Amino acid sequence: MAVAQKAGLAGFWGNYLARRYTYFTIGFILFSMFVGLLESFGVISNQGIGYLFLLLTLAMYAGIGIMSRTKHLDEYYVAGRSVPAIANGMATGADWMSAASFISMAGTLWLLGYDGLAYIMGWTGGYVLLALLFAPYIRKFGQYTIPDFVGARYEGNRARIVASIAAILVSLTYVTAQVVGVGLIMSRLVGVSYEVGVVVGLMGVLVCSFLGGMKAVTWTQVAQYIILITAYLIPVTMLSLKLTGVPIPQLMYGRAISEINRLETEQLGAPTYTVPFRDVPSNASLRTSLGELNTKYNLGLTIPAATSDASHKGQPWNFLALMFCLMVGTAGLPHILIRFYTVPSVKESRKSVGYSLLFIFLLYFTAPAYAAFSRWEMLANVAGKPVSEIPSWAANWTKTGLLNITDMTKLEGVDGAKPPAWAATLIANKSLVWTDANGDGKIQLGDFVAADPNDATKGGTAGELSGTAVTAKKVDGILQFPELAIGADLVVLATPEIAGLPYTIAALVAAGGLAAALSTADGLLVVIASAIAHDVYAKALRPDAPVANRVRLGKIMILVGAAAAALLALPRLALIAQMVAWAFSLAAASFFPIILLGIFWKRANGAGAIAGMIGGLVVTIFYMYMNYTNPHFNVLGISHLGSGLFGLITNFILTIGVSLATAPPSNEIQRLVESLRLPTSDDSMRSSGPSPVH
Amino acid sequence: MARNVGKAPSKQIDAEAYWKANLKIIVILLTIWFVVSYVPVLLVNQLNQITFLTGFPFGYYMGSQGSLIVFVIEIFFYAWWMGKLDRQFGLHED
Repeated sequence: MAVAQKAGLAGFWGNYLARRYTYFTIGFILFSMFVGLLESFGVISNQGIGYLFLLLTLAMYAGIGIMSRTKHLDEYYVAGRSVPAIANGMATGADWMSAASFISMAGTLWLLGYDGLAYIMGWTGGYVLLALLFAPYIRKFGQYTIPDFVGARYEGNRARIVASIAAILVSLTYVTAQVVGVGLIMSRLVGVSYEVGVVVGLMGVLVCSFLGGMKAVTWTQVAQYIILITAYLIPVTMLSLKLTGVPIPQLMYGRAISEINRLETEQLGAPTYTVPFRDVPSNASLRTSLGELNTKYNLGLTIPAATSDASHKGQPWNFLALMFCLMVGTAGLPHILIRFYTVPSVKESRKSVGYSLLFIFLLYFTAPAYAAFSRWEMLANVAGKPVSEIPSWAANWTKTGLLNITDMTKLEGVDGAKPPAWAATLIANKSLVWTDANGDGKIQLGDFVAADPNDATKGGTAGELSGTAVTAKKVDGILQFPELAIGADLVVLATPEIAGLPYTIAALVAAGGLAAALSTADGLLVVIASAIAHDVYAKALRPDAPVANRVRLGKIMILVGAAAAALLALPRLALIAQMVAWAFSLAAASFFPIILLGIFWKRANGAGAIAGMIGGLVVTIFYMYMNYTNPHFNVLGISHLGSGLFGLITNFILTIGVSLATAPPSNEIQRLVESLRLPTSDDSMRSSGPSPVH
Repeated sequence: MARNVGKAPSKQIDAEAYWKANLKIIVILLTIWFVVSYVPVLLVNQLNQITFLTGFPFGYYMGSQGSLIVFVIEIFFYAWWMGKLDRQFGLHED
């Protein structure tokens, strides 16, 4: 094992790895063009294209995984501490950008408008905190896991175990969401069922992380980053070319936004897309989750009435709290923090955060363009058309349930016992009533008669339909913009079709989404496995365990983690996506304050850290639960997604207060903190190079 | 920076000055970070009155691109600055 090879920009582009990945990128583009050519000659079916992309990418990840297989502890957990800054940046990018970033981010922006930017700024601004406050010191510390850091800095196994539990909690919910994403994409890419997709996708995860640990995961993630960013940029670039004549979507969507504002003023009376702070706490997600549990498991849970708290609408507090939690949570996520153990030096770790953000930035910088272009397209070419004449791409997507057209004329002739989901929701909350007047079991519409001509909110009757949802505009057969309801996943997946691109591009996007989900799942499984095998077993329970046992147990724990994630993912509950958002608040409330104080305040001690972590988690979970079940329980209109703010404050107060009230940490710890603050290793009491265990 | 530069005999003083210089740049960069990410959110309605580049309302632009660009620059700047500081204090590794 070469000790800390020097590898900055010159080192990366100078060495064979860089050349290998350049060939890889060119090869992948040539492959995509070749498949596109096959498609244009009509010699390959859509499903065939899906299989080609699936097999090629999975085989490649497996190949890298097998080539990087290892038994060495340093390579298994921290990739031998020899990953150059640029490569680590790409790997962190792939690790970071999950199925949610890749597929749902743009759709979230479409739906939330300005309010969605809390995610864009939150998930990038966190890297500034990471670079300035954590990464160099974590690298200097130079062990294997985040609980390692907590255990060493806060003297003892109690702090280490609390940290391990928090790391497992955060990572397991996160990995489950990735597995859900894998299942969805696999079923879309090659048309297998969701369950088969979950299993096949997990195999893909395992071939990398199981054999080669962090080393294999890192090098696969570099390849996955290249695939996912290529797949993300191509469709929107083509769409920008089609709509504006300039293939730079990131610049040209300014025009889309001014068009959106103009069209919204025309169609809705006022612009909404760029108007801030419209999102208010509501119990809609609780109602969805409970409804899902009821239908899947027949639980018969009572679903509370819809309620929301709009008293802070138009005020920035919820936005700011959410953005802050996402930033601080980003800096506290274990699977991102451990990436900075893998670089050769403190200097490289500082640069590495920069490259990470640069590579992540490419995607987040582009996501709003996806959202703006497709919203523009829908306002200009879908809304305002007769329901029978909508463009074919929109008609195709209505079949998947990701795009709903809620004009009542869509219900004409539909079997009344099986209405589409959007109508079923209206029927369930009694704003739509169907009376089968002629007893044929099908819905018939007729002329609209208002219930009260002076009050449009009372709705009216049209044939067999009545209720407050039945309004003149809902039964005129013209598609109004508010009658378009989209799922967040639609925007990225439908863009190739909106731009009129061949199916190969759609398959490429699916392969990119798969890469995003697999790479994140890989990194998370390593965290879960190391928390158990390294922190709980090797450090707390059996400090004398031989290295071979520790690596073997790590491999077994990866399997266990994968199996647990698969079991949790199979019911496919929306609650899981929700839990990922909560993971940021939990990380913000547990890890961020104690790692920060651990580096910047020598006086912080173990008792303080334990009180801080527990107190932070308790306050966060309490606020989360209270606000989730009753949106009227809130401070300044801050929703459960921003609950980490309160936990973070509690954690700081408790850690500082309890530390001051108890004895200062030992001289040894004070010297450890001093050594962390210096980038060189000569005066450190810990080796920062590869440890001599093998 | 009148204090000893380069390989100083007294490691302790060196480390303290280095840490102070580090904290100073961290505070400056965090202030910028705060100003570009939180302040535009508070002023978004006013900023949206300004049209920017190809038609972005400026408040929206800051959230979707402006602040992100500053974040990337800040991190690379910090890496470069600290590299310089490391050399100045004789703390570089090669």
